Amino acid sequence: MTIPRIKGLVWLAALAPLGVLVWQGLHDDLTADPVKYITHFTGRTALIILFITLCITPIRRVTGWNGIVRLRRLVGLFSFFYAVIHLLIYLAFDRGFVFTELGKDIAKRPYITIGFTAWLMLLALAVTSPQAVLRKMGGKRWRALHRLVYVVPVLGVIHFTWAQKKDIHLPLMYAAVLGGIYAIRLAMWARNRIGFGQPAGEPVN
Amino acid sequence: MLIGRPDDISSSEITDESLYWTRREWLAAAGIGMAAFLPGRPLVRLSASQELVPNKWEEVTGYNNFYEFGTGKEDPAENATAFKTRPWTIAVDGEVAKPGTFDVESLFKGLTAEERVYRFRCVEAWSMVVPWNGYPLRDVIKRLNPTSKARYVEFTTLLDPKQMPGQRYDVLEWPYVEALRLDEAMNPLALLVTGVYGKPLPNQNGAPVRLITPWKYGFKGGKSIVRIRFTEQQPKTTWNIAAPHEYGFYANVNPEVDHPRWSQATERRLGKLIRQKTLMFNGYADQVASLYTGMDLRRNY
Repeated sequence: MTIPRIKGLVWLAALAPLGVLVWQGLHDDLTADPVKYITHFTGRTALIILFITLCITPIRRVTGWNGIVRLRRLVGLFSFFYAVIHLLIYLAFDRGFVFTELGKDIAKRPYITIGFTAWLMLLALAVTSPQAVLRKMGGKRWRALHRLVYVVPVLGVIHFTWAQKKDIHLPLMYAAVLGGIYAIRLAMWARNRIGFGQPAGEPVN
Repeated sequence: MLIGRPDDISSSEITDESLYWTRREWLAAAGIGMAAFLPGRPLVRLSASQELVPNKWEEVTGYNNFYEFGTGKEDPAENATAFKTRPWTIAVDGEVAKPGTFDVESLFKGLTAEERVYRFRCVEAWSMVVPWNGYPLRDVIKRLNPTSKARYVEFTTLLDPKQMPGQRYDVLEWPYVEALRLDEAMNPLALLVTGVYGKPLPNQNGAPVRLITPWKYGFKGGKSIVRIRFTEQQPKTTWNIAAPHEYGFYANVNPEVDHPRWSQATERRLGKLIRQKTLMFNGYADQVASLYTGMDLRRNY
């Protein structure tokens, strides 16, 4: 299958959660508090897609399918897409688009401070995602900025945890998955370093 | 000044006059005792946010916090279907003339059931309007005859992990315990609820009997009550044990005192998209503010 065709499938898969929301909306199945439901749903979706983005490099290593890297930006942008809906719903229905209220929340409520920080980081990644921007910035600076992709999901999971009233088993599951992804990536990174840094047979000093 | 100017809400709002809306057509279909139900009667003119339009049956009975049956809002309706609420006894003990165990029916025998359309404000900043049926708590307390030492009254929920799957997890300390100061409990607004919308209380709402104190956050209203205890000391209450900085003993609805993690200034009335302002004491300041004269409500949250 060609990359453009696979990208088509990514579009379909990534828009499926939105489709689920629309379907639920049409069938009056958004719970008694639709605003909260949609807010939570899009927040979780943004996180899950971000996790998938982080899995792309490991999948590439394991399968040897190098082309998959060309899907990474698209997948990442869909995470931002759901994060935008997440924030807009909160802004519109919880804060009535009163930005001073948002300011107060950001200053006063740690889970919103951290969530909004994560959102700004995603914004920075999204606006610098086009090739043209990469060229303008230079690969080194661009890559440095895009290391934020490792920070955002951590902030996201903390935001998710602190937003709970009491039962944090779901955010803890997200934390466990994220921990697993980082463990795999760390192991791969360590192996690479050893692999490149110490050719076989050479003594370690 | 923490206690705001009393809200200009007519007291008819909280009386037992049923101000049902005729659009609740299922109600007519149910054909239940509609003596007080006057179709076509105009609602008392109130501003939009204060209008006491009951939420839909599906909202009242399908969106519940009842951790004994799961922490999701829709869990209780799903997991409480087989819950046995008869026979049901309530133990009465502590500072009371005649301790004992009463059948739930005998506890209310001879008392007049009332219907109260109350605002219901969850500490999570959502709200409903619910037409409850029940008995003024004060009438029951007078009947139980607490001693002069009694200063608090404590309500304990059933502990039965076999029937209550949520109790198999220690998300809270079980059994669930809530309590009121005795003068709060004697306030005419406090209601022991046995029904909603003229029907027996559904299991997920705390059958067979639960407490409703409409000027306090919803968690103060213990459900499926099996024990009423009168005490001299302030009882330890479940949410206060779980997170003392977030949930106080009083838990009065107060738009000026935020939850540490979210604002209490506004609320989302289920069924409405835009938030509305939360009223001091949930709109019942006229009836209850005097209970807290001289108290710092910021400290006694």
